[in-house]
Amino acid sequence: MSLNPEMIEKIVLQVLQEMGGPKPSAPAASKETAGPGAMVLEEIGEARPGTRSDEVVVGLSPVFGIKFHKNITGIPLSAILREILAGIEEEGIHARVIRVKHTSDLAFVAHRAAKLSGSGVAIGIQSRGTTVIHQKDLAPLNNLELFPQAPLLDLPTYRAIGRNAAKYAKGEATNPVPVRNDQMARPKFQAIAAVIHIKETKGVVPGAPPVELRVKLEK
Amino acid sequence: MAVPKKRSKRFEVLEQRPVNLDGLVSEWPEEGLIAMENPFDPKPSIRIAAGKVVELDGKPREQFDVVEQFIADYAIDTASAEQSMTMDSREIACRWVDFNVPREEVIQIFRGLTPGKILDVLSHMNVLEMMMAMTKMRSRKVPGNQAHATNLRDNPVLLAADSAEAAFRGFMEIETTVGISRYAPFNALSILVGSQTGRGGVLTQDALEESVELALGMRGLTAYAETVSVYGTEKVFVDGDDTPWSKAFLASAYASRGIKIRYTSGTGSEVQMGYAESKSMLYLETRCVMVTRGAGVQGLQNGSISCIGVPGAVPSGIRAVLAENLISVTLDLEVASGNDQTFSHSDIRRTARMLMQMIPGTDLIFSGFGGVPNYDNMFAGSNFDIEDMDDYLVLQRDLKLEGGVRPVSEGDVVAIRNKAARALQAVFAELGFPPISDDEVEAATFAHGSKDVPERRVTDDLKAAQDLMKRGITGLDVVKALAKRGFDDIARNILGMLKLRISGDYLQTAAWVDADFRVWSAVNDPNDYHGPGTGYRLSEERWKLLKEIPQAKRPELIGE
Repeated sequence: MSLNPEMIEKIVLQVLQEMGGPKPSAPAASKETAGPGAMVLEEIGEARPGTRSDEVVVGLSPVFGIKFHKNITGIPLSAILREILAGIEEEGIHARVIRVKHTSDLAFVAHRAAKLSGSGVAIGIQSRGTTVIHQKDLAPLNNLELFPQAPLLDLPTYRAIGRNAAKYAKGEATNPVPVRNDQMARPKFQAIAAVIHIKETKGVVPGAPPVELRVKLEK
Repeated sequence: MAVPKKRSKRFEVLEQRPVNLDGLVSEWPEEGLIAMENPFDPKPSIRIAAGKVVELDGKPREQFDVVEQFIADYAIDTASAEQSMTMDSREIACRWVDFNVPREEVIQIFRGLTPGKILDVLSHMNVLEMMMAMTKMRSRKVPGNQAHATNLRDNPVLLAADSAEAAFRGFMEIETTVGISRYAPFNALSILVGSQTGRGGVLTQDALEESVELALGMRGLTAYAETVSVYGTEKVFVDGDDTPWSKAFLASAYASRGIKIRYTSGTGSEVQMGYAESKSMLYLETRCVMVTRGAGVQGLQNGSISCIGVPGAVPSGIRAVLAENLISVTLDLEVASGNDQTFSHSDIRRTARMLMQMIPGTDLIFSGFGGVPNYDNMFAGSNFDIEDMDDYLVLQRDLKLEGGVRPVSEGDVVAIRNKAARALQAVFAELGFPPISDDEVEAATFAHGSKDVPERRVTDDLKAAQDLMKRGITGLDVVKALAKRGFDDIARNILGMLKLRISGDYLQTAAWVDADFRVWSAVNDPNDYHGPGTGYRLSEERWKLLKEIPQAKRPELIGE
C-alpha cells in the first residue's frame, strides 16, 4: 500500500479529530475521501472579475465540499462539479470556480458569481444540489434557468446545465434543460433540505469576499 | 439505529410501507427546527407606557425588529393587554375550549396577548381541545372549501372545464396559477368563464407575481387574492425585499378596488430559509398571524402551506399546524386552512392531517383541494386531489359532516364541462384570440387531465395573452362576448361578479357568494356555536343531498 499526500493528510485530520484537537472547520483546501472521484478545492486568493468573455463562473455555496461531500440524494459533489465543468468545456467555454462565503442563498451565490464572470453568465450550486443559471444583468431573484428540486437532478442533467450556461455565454439561442416535477419530493426531502440549509447557513462568513478555487478532480 | 444481520420479515414489511418514504427528522431546537414548545422561545411579557408597548416577550422596544414593532404598534390592544397577560395560561386555554364562554369574550382576551403568551396557552392543549375551540372560534357559521384548477400546459379549455366542474361540485373559491407566467391572463379568463358556468358567485384568483396579479384583479378577471406572503422574522422579510408595511400597502391596493384579499403564511418557512432565530415554528407563525391582524387584512391562508414537509417531519408538527389555524380565527380572521400541498406518502397520515380541519370545520378546509389530478397541479400537488374526491364524499357521509362539496352525477359533470369549454370557445372567437376547435372542446369535456387534450400552439396563445393586457380587455368585454354568443346566463353571472366590486360587501370577514349573488360572511352569518345542537348543522335538505351518493345501492332494488 502506497500513501499519497491526500491520504496522509486525511489520516492526520482523523487523528486530530479523535484527539479532540483543532477541527478543520474551514480549511484552505478541502477534499473528499482520497479514493476514486476525490476532489480538492484549494483557495488561491480573492476572486477577481473575469476579463475573458468566453468564461462561465461556477459559484459554490459556503460549505460545498467542506462540510458536505454528497448532495441530498447522495450523489458525490465531486461528480456533480465534474459534470458541470465538462458540460461547460464541451461547448468550448472556459470554466472558473469560486466559493461564495457571505451568503447561502442560491440566488445571491449565483448572482455574485455572474457579476464576476467575464461573460456575465454563472452557475450557482448549493451543497444540497440545488442549482441555478444566472446572468449579471438580471435581478438577483430572477434567473436564466432554475432547478429547484435537487432530488430530481441526476448527473446528465448537471452536464446539460453546464452546457446550457456555456451556450448562454456564447449568446446562442438555448432550449432550457427540461424541468422535472415530483409531488412527493416535498414529503420525502423538505425537512432534510431544511437541515442541510441550516448547516450551510452556519458556514456563512458575513462580509467575506468570494475566493477563487483551484479544483483538482481525480479520476 | 443498527439493523441486525438477519432481518425480521415483519420489519422488512413495515419498511416497505408508504409512511417510511416520508423524510421524518428529529427536533433541533437551537435552529428552530421544532414545531412548538421550544425552550428557546421568548418568555411572555409585556410592558406598556403612555399607551405604547415598550417591552414585548422580554425584549425592550429599542431592540424591536420590524416584525415586533409592527405587532406592538398595530396588533396588540394596549388597553386590555396588561389584564389579559396576567391571566393564567391554562385558564385562558379552558375558556378557549369551553363552549359556555362566548366567542367574543375569548377574542377580547386574545387582543391583549403577545406571541409568547399565545404559545404558552397552546402548550396546555391537545388536538381535540383545539378542534373544540375551532368549532366555536370560526367567525362564519358555514364551513367551506376551495379548489385548485391548474394544468401542466396551462391549457385554457381544460382550465375552463375543470373550474366549471369544481364550482358545480360546491367549492366556494377556485385558485389557479401558471406553468409559464406569460399565460397568466388566459388562466384568469379561463377560470372566470369556467367557474361562472359551474355556479354563479364562485370567487376566483390567479396566484402570480404581485403586480400582474393586482392588474388582473383590477380588470375584473379575478375576484380575490390570497398569495400575499408574510414572514415571522425580519431577515426573511428583507430577503424578499419587503416589510410588514409594504405588504399592508399592497393589501390596501386590493381592498380599495373592491377585491377580496387574504395573506398567506405558515409554519416552517423561516426555518426552511435558514433564519428561524432559534424560535419554534409556531412562535414565528403566531407573529405572522398578528402581522395580518395588524395590517387590517380580513383573513389568512395558513396551515404551513408550501412548507408542510417541515412541520410534517417533526414531532407535534400537525398539532402545530392546527394551532396556527386556531390562532387565526381567534384573532378574528377568516382562515383558509391549508391541506393544499402534498404532505405524505401515507394515505393514513394525509387523511389524519386533513381531519384536524374537516371535523371542526374551517372557512376553507382546503386551500385548496386539487380539482385536477396531482400531475397537473402547478402548486406542486395538493394533499387531496380530484382522484380522492369520492373518498372525501364518503367521509362526509360517514361522519355527517359539512366538507363543502356535494355528490354529482357523471352526466351533469360532462354537460357542465362541455358548456364551459364552448363558452370559452365563444369568448376566444369574439375577442380574436387563437381559435378553440370543436375537437378541443370535446377533449376537455371528457378529459381527466392535460394528457387527454390536444396540445395548443403555445406561442400563439402567449402572444394573444399579452395582447389581452395591451388592449385593456376587462371583465366587461367578457360579459359582452358571452351575451353576443348567446351564453346569457354565464354573462349575467360574470356581470354579477363585477357588481360585487361596487358594493364591496364581500370584503367583509370570511365572505363567500351564493348562486343568487347574496354575500354571506361573519357579519350576517356569524358562528353562534355554544354547544351541541347549536352553530352550523346540516339542514335536512343538505343532508339528503350529501348522503345520496350514486354508489350506494338502494335496498329496495337489491335482488329485484
